[in-house]
Amino acid sequence: MEIVYVYVKKRNEFGRQCSFSDRAAEVNVDIHPDAVQAMNFIERDPIDIAVQCASDMSEHEVNTERFEMETRGINHMEGGWPKDVNPQEMEQTIRFRKKVEKDENYINVIMQLGSLMDHCIKQNNAINIYEEYFEEEEAAGVTDEPPSAKTINVFRDPNTIKRTATHLSWHPDRSRKLAVAYSSLEFQRSSKDMSYDSYIWDLETPNKPEMVIRPSSPLICLEYNPKDSHILIGGCYNGQIAYWDTRKGALPVELTVVELGHRDPVYNVIWLQSKTGTDCFSGSTDGQVLWWDIRKLSEPVETLVMDISRKGVLENALGAISLEYEPTMPTKFMVGTEQGVVISGNRKAKTPAEKIVCTYSGHHGPIYSLSRNPFYPKNFLTVGDWTARIWAEESKESSIMWTKYHMSYLTDGCWSTTRPAVFFTTKMDGTLDVWDFLFKQNNPTLNLKVCDDPLFSLRLQDNGRFIGCGSKLGTVTLLEVSSGLCTLQRNEKNLASAMFERETKREKILEARHREMRLKERTKTESKEEAVKEEVEEEKPEEVLSRVEKEFFEVIENELKRRERGRAKSVVSQGREGDEDDDEEFVLKEDEEEE
Amino acid sequence: MAEVEETLKRIQAHKGVIGTIVVNAEGIPIRTTLDNSSTVQYAGLLHQLTMKAKSTVRDIDPQNDLTFLRIRSKKHEIMVAPDKEYLLIVIQNPCE
Repeated sequence: MEIVYVYVKKRNEFGRQCSFSDRAAEVNVDIHPDAVQAMNFIERDPIDIAVQCASDMSEHEVNTERFEMETRGINHMEGGWPKDVNPQEMEQTIRFRKKVEKDENYINVIMQLGSLMDHCIKQNNAINIYEEYFEEEEAAGVTDEPPSAKTINVFRDPNTIKRTATHLSWHPDRSRKLAVAYSSLEFQRSSKDMSYDSYIWDLETPNKPEMVIRPSSPLICLEYNPKDSHILIGGCYNGQIAYWDTRKGALPVELTVVELGHRDPVYNVIWLQSKTGTDCFSGSTDGQVLWWDIRKLSEPVETLVMDISRKGVLENALGAISLEYEPTMPTKFMVGTEQGVVISGNRKAKTPAEKIVCTYSGHHGPIYSLSRNPFYPKNFLTVGDWTARIWAEESKESSIMWTKYHMSYLTDGCWSTTRPAVFFTTKMDGTLDVWDFLFKQNNPTLNLKVCDDPLFSLRLQDNGRFIGCGSKLGTVTLLEVSSGLCTLQRNEKNLASAMFERETKREKILEARHREMRLKERTKTESKEEAVKEEVEEEKPEEVLSRVEKEFFEVIENELKRRERGRAKSVVSQGREGDEDDDEEFVLKEDEEEE
Repeated sequence: MAEVEETLKRIQAHKGVIGTIVVNAEGIPIRTTLDNSSTVQYAGLLHQLTMKAKSTVRDIDPQNDLTFLRIRSKKHEIMVAPDKEYLLIVIQNPCE
């Protein structure tokens, strides 16, 4: 044992040593009851006291062992034939049947049963016993119940080191399964023991995942192929893309090569609508959006650099965080970037510069989610920094509607698939907000605390009723939304579209006004330059317009001034002399008061 | 023999009747108007069900006995007339 550190203290610095001694018990304080104090209190008689005489009970919770069940089926085959008759042989069976039919008992029985059956058949034909007499109309959606959502199930990450559930994807048919991608997005925080696996959960069995997916690097996003429910595509932390076939096992069927893929984690990958059902595209913060055909993952089909100056320079490119693709508009796509800009693109443009159609900027931070309204695809929702914004494709300057700035960061959002005016957002404080902007615009209709740790991902099932939320510790919570929030209300489509149009119009008017003001300023500076140069140039139409405006305003002002002077003169003629209007008015009041 | 034929033909001719099957106590279809695979399926399944229904009725009251069994489903109605040795099954589509 080696000496690591030596502490030195002088003996005389210790102080006197303690010497303990026994001492008899002594009374320190003895307070006698003071009769005077009793005068401050009034005796109360009678007093109501509640007393309960019940047997003691205790509450216990028991969780039983999981009961393993197996389902089996029986196959019916023809049987019951007597030993001498071979059921396969037609002759023997026919002979047997004929023999039975000749039996007298058979004849009697059939006659009797026949009449019985006759009676019932005629009964059926005569009247429908299950007829609904008063068919009530269903009171559509005007339920008094307040909007609510309840947790159905919780799926926890089985590993000891918990990772964030970064992406959820529902199984395309019947949505009985949920694929969850787990990874740790914090920079260099992943430890060596962190497992790379992602899981597919069956909704009925929350204790154990149904299938494990083993990538070579943690998956950030995972999507089921909408055409073939056995194929899944995932984007990895190291920039590779891999696809799995659930029939073939946990390892990927094919991976992209590291050199030609992305250089940063692949944040989002979406399947495209194509005849073969094998096309997809992916976006990553290295500034590229790549198109792939999964049959040949060795190189991307197409590349696009997210450079807004349209020069394709990778250094100026914006990192892509979220992607959006609508199967009904197969050539258009949208990319949400780290810098808060949404880029709208057209895949079928002739030159790469034209592929980027337009940009929408408005967020201060990365745009974590981008989705089009399923009913009105021209309007889309972006979620990023502390707000969620709704945009219309036509108004490029700003969003048409936005929520207030929240206290915590918004991490994900999506539209409801059944109601055009409802969307969901998740926040870093673990709450899920349900917004219904036909009901309330400044606050969410429902604010639900799902768990204590931040929520990172959100996915709505196709029927609009079930939502899966993934949290930082890998817990996926399955919520069911109350029917009021997922059934289409009366007139909702019209109201929602009217609201979108109204807001778009407002933004357009504001845009036009801004443009006008900017134009005026520009022409003012330009006209000043002209005066300096002293050149009589051909006046451009805008300059003509601004000059005409100026002259018009001047004329009006002159007229006004003349009128005021006229009024002032008339006042002066009444009483006093004075030049300034203020004095006039003041004097006038005094006059009135005097009178 | 002829009466049997006539009875079964009459039953089959009623409005909405899809098929008729006569099954014996062992579950062997004696007479049928449906195809073989459906017949075998109906015969096997309904035979067991009728036995169960009969035993249920008799369990509750030993003096009682099953006279008729009607299964109404979304698409059609299956009617079973049981006897000690045979079973008459008719599938009808009740017209509403």
